[in-house]
Amino acid sequence: MALKASDLSVGQVHEEQVCYDLSRTQIVQYAGSSGDYNPLHTDEIFAKAAGYPGAFAHGMLTMGLTGKMLTNWVGDGRLTKFGVRFVSQVFPGDTLTSKATVKEIREEDGQKLVDLEVETVKEDGTAVATGHATARVD
Amino acid sequence: MADRFPIEAGHILLFARSVGDANPIYYDEEYAKTTEPGQIIAPPTFVQASAQFTEDYGLRPKIDQWWFGSGKEPRGSGAPKPPEQESGGGSGGGGLHAEQHYEYHRPLTPGMVLHWEREPGETWEREGRRAGKLIFSESITKYYDQDDNLVITARSVGVRTERPATQG
Repeated sequence: MALKASDLSVGQVHEEQVCYDLSRTQIVQYAGSSGDYNPLHTDEIFAKAAGYPGAFAHGMLTMGLTGKMLTNWVGDGRLTKFGVRFVSQVFPGDTLTSKATVKEIREEDGQKLVDLEVETVKEDGTAVATGHATARVD
Repeated sequence: MADRFPIEAGHILLFARSVGDANPIYYDEEYAKTTEPGQIIAPPTFVQASAQFTEDYGLRPKIDQWWFGSGKEPRGSGAPKPPEQESGGGSGGGGLHAEQHYEYHRPLTPGMVLHWEREPGETWEREGRRAGKLIFSESITKYYDQDDNLVITARSVGVRTERPATQG
């Protein structure tokens, strides 16, 4: 289901919990599906030797989780842009919530678009990814 | 041979599972026919899996090559490599992903075979709060299908740090 421009208003917020108690297994799953086998993400012994508190999730796993919130809301194949900065690391055990805030509803070459501010946070409110997305709306 | 990324339905299913996305458009062909795209599509960050098909990608173990990580002992991140393996075997884990941006030009669907052009973007430095000097570098990748239609433009920013970028 696609969004309708007439149902949207600036400042409107949509949010979704995108993972609960992130498991090391899910991080391993993501390493396998994406092809990023950096041991910093899956190898506790290596990550500690490299100076980190432990293995931490791929930034791109956080972005993938964030993208799930977006596509669940704006509909399939509706995104035209999606970008984030990785601002804090995500560790096993974290629960993440992704949030989209409507910044602008506009029209470009006859196509209605919505610009969204995107943020994914941990349960204590720490932002882990912040960015923007644009989607086609009806 | 130039790198190419065949988009396969099974790979899309595994990728969707790994981000906990149960949307049937990523695996159920019959359901997908009833949706606006009308067929299985890939999730928005799927193109990152082109790493699987990038010959010289440094974060994938290569058969019979030295690899960083741990076996009996942790190795890499400064540990000496065996002399016969001076080149290859991963980058040591000092580089992290700082930003990722996508522009979507057309849906990414099973059956497409992507090829790409990558060009370096800007490089800049900043003093970090905990990790010392941060060196950022940007790269822009344009992904095309087998008919040379532009599918996705990706802009990636990597950062190299003096010290591990642990959070306070």
